Amino acid sequence: MQAQQQERYTTTAIVLHWLIAVLIVGAFTLGLVMTDIPGFSPTKLRYYSWHKWAGVTVLLLAALRLLWRLKNRPPALSAAMPAWQRGAAHGLHHLLYLLLFAVQLSGYFYTLASGFPVVYFGLFQLPVLIAKDPALAETLKGVHYWLNMLLAALVVLHVLAALKHQLIDRDGTMRRMLPGRSH
Amino acid sequence: MKLTRAFLSSALLGIALIANAVPLKTDLARSSVSAVFKQMNVPVESSFKRFDARIDYDAAHPEKASARVDIDTASFDMGQADYNKEIAKKEWFNSAQFPKASFVSSSIKPAGAGKLAVTGKLTIKGKTQDVSFPLSVKPEGGKQVFEGQLPIKRLAFNVGEGEWQDTSMVADEVVIKFRVAAAQ
Repeated sequence: MQAQQQERYTTTAIVLHWLIAVLIVGAFTLGLVMTDIPGFSPTKLRYYSWHKWAGVTVLLLAALRLLWRLKNRPPALSAAMPAWQRGAAHGLHHLLYLLLFAVQLSGYFYTLASGFPVVYFGLFQLPVLIAKDPALAETLKGVHYWLNMLLAALVVLHVLAALKHQLIDRDGTMRRMLPGRSH
Repeated sequence: MKLTRAFLSSALLGIALIANAVPLKTDLARSSVSAVFKQMNVPVESSFKRFDARIDYDAAHPEKASARVDIDTASFDMGQADYNKEIAKKEWFNSAQFPKASFVSSSIKPAGAGKLAVTGKLTIKGKTQDVSFPLSVKPEGGKQVFEGQLPIKRLAFNVGEGEWQDTSMVADEVVIKFRVAAAQ
């Protein structure tokens, strides 16, 4: 049981988790900052581009992560966890995965509907899957915003749960996702 | 007798020509003027919502054609109200001082079936340049449809001043695309 608690996620899973974490916090913050800039300025346009590039990167990493997750079982949860907590943890993880995709896709289609295709890193134009449609853009703007707010709320819950395991339960749950040498 | 008839018929033809010199009626609902530009390499097409096009064109005498297009610079629609307000400001179109951009043809020559070679003067933001571009013309539903593209350099017209002169942000080249449908 001691060995099981010290078991970690694979290095690939840990790297993907933290890369995505940094990118979504960054893109989320940038999203709030850039939409707050009135009118337009080169800085604003630059932020919009960065925000979109970050979103596309998250989408790619999330796809990799999902594939990896399907092929690699995560380390077991602490045996001391009650059933409801296991259920809640699984439910929350599923929702987070779902939102990793939904948030990026809503943003991608929002920018397409607004008539601005994404040119990844200013180099490759990504597929224009739908035509410019101002009414749809207006709808997707709201969808993108609220999916993000939901994701933010769930991330807060996720972090609080991890801290509870670490600081109150002290059951080694959080350590499974932290980088380290021993496995 | 023969001479009189010849005179009469040429006089009639002359009247017909004069009648044809009346400008075509532009169907603005089926016409459009837009600008395609690249913002951080992202191609964006936005259109001018208000413009007026006046074309004199007779398919039998294309060389006598002339055209004039006046565009309301404040009507550039980028899809967002606050962007549209910005683009009318001093750094971009300066619509308060230069409400109109215009094109006036100086010569139109036939250049093959359904094609015309157009030269003229393009004025944007008080700056005038000689431009030339190919124009296609085809009949469509009882109307003549004129279509063409004209690449320009925005900085030659001072469009995008100050920090907006940075062409890595908004490329210098802008393609003006237009379609004018007009009938007799």
